[in-house]
Amino acid sequence: MKSEYDVVVIGAGPAGSVAAKTAAQKGLDVLLIEKRQEIGDPVRCAEGVSKAWLKKHIDLDERWICADVKGSRIYSPDGTMIEMAEEISGGEVGYVLERKIFDRALAFESAKAGAEVMVKTRATGLIIKNGFVQGVKISHLGEKHDIHAKLVIGADGVESKVGRWAGIDTSLKPSDIETCAQYLMSGTGIDQEYCYFYLGNEIAPAGYIWIFPKGGDLANVGIGILGSKSGSKHAIDYLNEFVDEKYPDAKILEIDVGGVPVSGSVEKTITNGLMLVGDAARHSDPITGGGIINAMEAGKYAGEVAYNAISKGDVSTKTLKEYEDKWRSTVGYEIDNSLIVKDTFIKFTDKELNSLAHSLKGVDFNSMSLIDLLYALFRANKKLLWDLRSLFKNVVKYEIDFEH
Amino acid sequence: MVTINVNKLKCGYCGACVGVCPVGALELVETWIEVNATCTSCGMCAKICPVGAIEVKK
Repeated sequence: MKSEYDVVVIGAGPAGSVAAKTAAQKGLDVLLIEKRQEIGDPVRCAEGVSKAWLKKHIDLDERWICADVKGSRIYSPDGTMIEMAEEISGGEVGYVLERKIFDRALAFESAKAGAEVMVKTRATGLIIKNGFVQGVKISHLGEKHDIHAKLVIGADGVESKVGRWAGIDTSLKPSDIETCAQYLMSGTGIDQEYCYFYLGNEIAPAGYIWIFPKGGDLANVGIGILGSKSGSKHAIDYLNEFVDEKYPDAKILEIDVGGVPVSGSVEKTITNGLMLVGDAARHSDPITGGGIINAMEAGKYAGEVAYNAISKGDVSTKTLKEYEDKWRSTVGYEIDNSLIVKDTFIKFTDKELNSLAHSLKGVDFNSMSLIDLLYALFRANKKLLWDLRSLFKNVVKYEIDFEH
Repeated sequence: MVTINVNKLKCGYCGACVGVCPVGALELVETWIEVNATCTSCGMCAKICPVGAIEVKK
């Protein structure tokens, strides 16, 4: 460890590792710190990811792919099932990952690109001078050090403090977070080619239960409920009820818990000398809760902009705005649309969810995309079209092939 | 004065509580949650904890 770097990245999840790798590949001197002793552990994720997007960031490796998925089965409260399967040649569209191995592989990529990686190393504050973030105060095995940097990238997850230290309010209201619990189970007997989703205010208020295949006889069985609905009963209580009822004989091999930001884009993810990425920037998708791809995309942009800014010798918000503009026009656009859907979805009663599911009977889906599902819903439900009219406007504006 | 109790035997150290704390009083330090003096006992952390590991002291 040195006392000065071009860039310090805080947090070695997908966002941080991709940011560190990208910056290091460009020739910057990069330090990536992770407070945990093991990168990727504990898991706080359902581990599902899109195949096409993943390939853009890393060569596929069977060591961290647990299952190939070709479709989803979505169950409404009365048990009506909607199946969405991708009929593309060669099959699967999604993967279920082993995050413990995947996250470490990403950190390894950043190390290979030249970044220095330190684990069991926690950021305890920022060094701020003349209105610029100029480094990080760290604690490594209890020893305190000041690390100076031209630029700091905060990738410190749902529990992010980096933004707050720099005056960016990233605190989440209970209605801005899905509170989640998951069991890795053996013996559910699910078809390993599908992901399963169960909707209903009784079983998962303003959220859903998922079952993702993990290979062999294993599956992630998890739940997310909106924080504002949590209290007298917590996520784990709902999960226990579901599992006791549906899989009384299955065995629990692991417990994972976590909070997923569903607030939509935060107002600001940059300040002089600082960028926020991934869950720290609330980049997770408000409707699916997925965050891996968005984190990696934003991480890549942050790494590139770090290089541009440092090359110019200007790390002010004026230069870093390139990062803000890049992610807002890409992942941010998706997040904004998903937020509109989320705000409508969380208000549905079970009766409405059932009626929506019934309206899709006989619809043949040959894709897993949310847009296709919404399109079918719009066609069958005029009121929904009205509720989601702002989304409809966005979609028409950006997706030219929408009206076929 | 410590105003909340985190049951470390229940806690899954996921950090969700840290994300919702309106005053930044909580911190996830590796495998445990620390609470500082700015805690106002608002109870938001206890409400959203996925496993119900947090109790607000009266």
